[in-house]
Amino acid sequence: RIEKSTRDFTDYKDVWVFGEQRNGQLNQVVYELIGEGRKLANKLGENLCVALIGNKLTSKAKDLINYGVDKVYLVDEEGLAIYNDEAYTAVMTELINCYKPSIILLGATAIGRSLGPRVAARIKTGLTADCTGLDIDSESGILLQTRPAFGGNIMATIVCKNHRPQMATVRQGVMKPAKRKSGYNGQVIKHHFDYNKLNLRTRVLKVVEEITDMVKLEEADIIVSGGRGVGSAENFKLIRELAEVLGGAVGASRAAVDNGWIPYAHQVGQTGKTVSPKIYIACGISGAVQHLVGMRSSDVIIAINKDPNAPIFNVATYGLVGDLNQIIPAMIKEIKLRGLSEAAASSENS
Amino acid sequence: MKIVVCIKQVPDTTDVKINKETNTLIREGVKSIINPFDMYAIEEGLRLREKYGGTVTVISMGPPQVTESLKEAVSLGVDDVILLSDRVFAGADTLATSYTLAKGIEKIGGVDLILCGKQAIDGDTAQVGPGIAEHLDIPHVTYVKEITDVTDKIIRVKRMIEGGYEEIEMDLPALLTVVKEINEPRLPSIRGILRSREMEVPIWTAQDLDVDEDKIGLNGSPTQVVSITTPKFEAKTQIFTGKVEEQVQNLFNALREQRIL
Ligand SMILES: Cc1cc2nc3c(=O)[nH]c(=O)nc-3n(C[C@H](O)[C@H](O)[C@H](O)COP(=O)(O)OP(=O)(O)OC[C@H]3O[C@@H](n4cnc5c(N)ncnc54)[C@H](O)[C@@H]3O)c2cc1C
Ligand SMILES: Cc1cc2nc3c(=O)[nH]c(=O)nc-3n(C[C@H](O)[C@H](O)[C@H](O)COP(=O)(O)OP(=O)(O)OC[C@H]3O[C@@H](n4cnc5c(N)ncnc54)[C@H](O)[C@@H]3O)c2cc1C
Repeated sequence: RIEKSTRDFTDYKDVWVFGEQRNGQLNQVVYELIGEGRKLANKLGENLCVALIGNKLTSKAKDLINYGVDKVYLVDEEGLAIYNDEAYTAVMTELINCYKPSIILLGATAIGRSLGPRVAARIKTGLTADCTGLDIDSESGILLQTRPAFGGNIMATIVCKNHRPQMATVRQGVMKPAKRKSGYNGQVIKHHFDYNKLNLRTRVLKVVEEITDMVKLEEADIIVSGGRGVGSAENFKLIRELAEVLGGAVGASRAAVDNGWIPYAHQVGQTGKTVSPKIYIACGISGAVQHLVGMRSSDVIIAINKDPNAPIFNVATYGLVGDLNQIIPAMIKEIKLRGLSEAAASSENS
Repeated sequence: MKIVVCIKQVPDTTDVKINKETNTLIREGVKSIINPFDMYAIEEGLRLREKYGGTVTVISMGPPQVTESLKEAVSLGVDDVILLSDRVFAGADTLATSYTLAKGIEKIGGVDLILCGKQAIDGDTAQVGPGIAEHLDIPHVTYVKEITDVTDKIIRVKRMIEGGYEEIEMDLPALLTVVKEINEPRLPSIRGILRSREMEVPIWTAQDLDVDEDKIGLNGSPTQVVSITTPKFEAKTQIFTGKVEEQVQNLFNALREQRIL
């Protein structure tokens, strides 16, 4: 049903992933994009490539091959050590013009959502924001990009028919990350970028890491979230305790955050974080769509709510109907009794 | 300091309905408001004017009804407003939208600083700000939570990133997109409301802007929405009822059987 492009794009080939990194540490979303990009590249019969920009990244570049990457385009310059919108835009533009990828995926992170639109506007192509689904239309070979809009109340599928590359930022925590395996054959292609020709008007003076309660929600395997039904800041200790015995992280609905029971960094949902842990336990959360968009793709959802008609039960895998003040302590007791622990949970991952 | 704030008019709710026949959004009967994030951009513009002097101009692209939102901006105390409105602007994606707005800002002329909201609550892309900056060939910073210093040549800001923030300095002119942490927007003043009532909102059409027809509206939009659906939440939910202890037992038995825990 998608018409073919009316222009000749035979020059444009390959699926690219932007290798977002800070301090040489790749963002988790890069592995997710590699996992998804691999599928797209296979459907098209093209290569999967990573564009890696920064400083002292040679070993990182080589390591990426082990995730099923065919080519890593590496731009390694001292001046590129820290992300800078102007500098990285210039490098990405040069790479695109030089190697002509057909598709470029970036994480929908602070960096990806700043770099993506700048690059797309420079090369005058389309960019689909914050995608949660990607596919290749089998007839036309065009990238189908699905994304939530209107706060997750609708899903739109978007195409970029007559421009290349087709660019998308992709929400974190939605795609399954690629696994590391040995035996892949790929190559690292060093691309020399003349840093001195840049006339930068942007200077990053300082990068400050803030230790906000050590919440790495996006990376947790188990998340226990509390909502308005928890009742008070004091009572949030129930949520923390359950998270602790399971070796998980603590999440929250906006109602709990707005009440000041827990800092914003814990908020899951449209205006908070998007997570997809193995187990998401929603306690006293009704299941408003703005919350659901942030956790719907969790593998297993357990809902605890005293209202049997709460919408959260429509998305839950398992539902417990009753007062969380009784259910949670009973769960903690049972976990301890059964000897389920962090170790038990993580042994299941491998 | 000459400041321009970009605002978008959006439906007052994100709970939209879809016309199943045409696959388009039903906008009738939904009240319109200024995109909530843009209220912070207006406020920041006003604060900068109070501190450093200058003017604040608010610009928006959209249908004629957007004059209402621009009048609201006047009631908050901005100096001028401009509406970019023309049939040929319709159907624009973020590339065409940012091109058209950049052309409007060019026509205003001599602008030192452009402020946008973090993102619009309907389209949700957060792409228009960086797009405008690129079309104008000026630097930008997204997710700004604080402006720490401004001189006639540079601006220093704090930008939120995952797990912390960056301190960034840019040469002016520059563009910022702001987050809600940046300030607390004010309410309209009586004087502002009176002024907004008399205000005639200037409208610039494609002819008034020196635009390339291939870069505006539907023609200038590389992306195309091919389908819109409402997400279905379908899960085979297993509900446990009965005594608390029984429920919990049954849950953990199921988790074990499914090899989840
Ligand atoms: C633009 C916008 C963005 C938003 N972004 C987000 C977001 O990012 N994240 C988010 O979460 N929300 C967000 N919201 C808010 C969202 O619409 C809901 O208001 C919010 O998620 C409700 O939180 P809640 O489920 O904790 O509270 P409620 O809806 O009040 O639900 C509380 C639930 O607890 C149950 N309960 C009460 N007591 C007990 C008990 N003792 N034991 C068991 N169950 C009990 C009740 O039955 C009820 O179902 C956003 C809204 C808007 C408009
Ligand atoms: C369901 C749906 C999905 C879409 N998905 C995409 C997509 O993935 N990619 C794409 O390119 N287009 C997309 N569009 C088109 C896009 O929504 C429009 O181009 C829209 O006019 C601008 O994008 P936005 O609402 O996301 O604004 P954002 O980029 O989120 O807005 C950021 C800021 O830019 C300023 N701004 C934005 N629009 C205006 C305006 N009209 N006038 C003045 N200032 C403004 C405001 O300061 C605002 O806070 C989509 C449209 C729909 C209906």
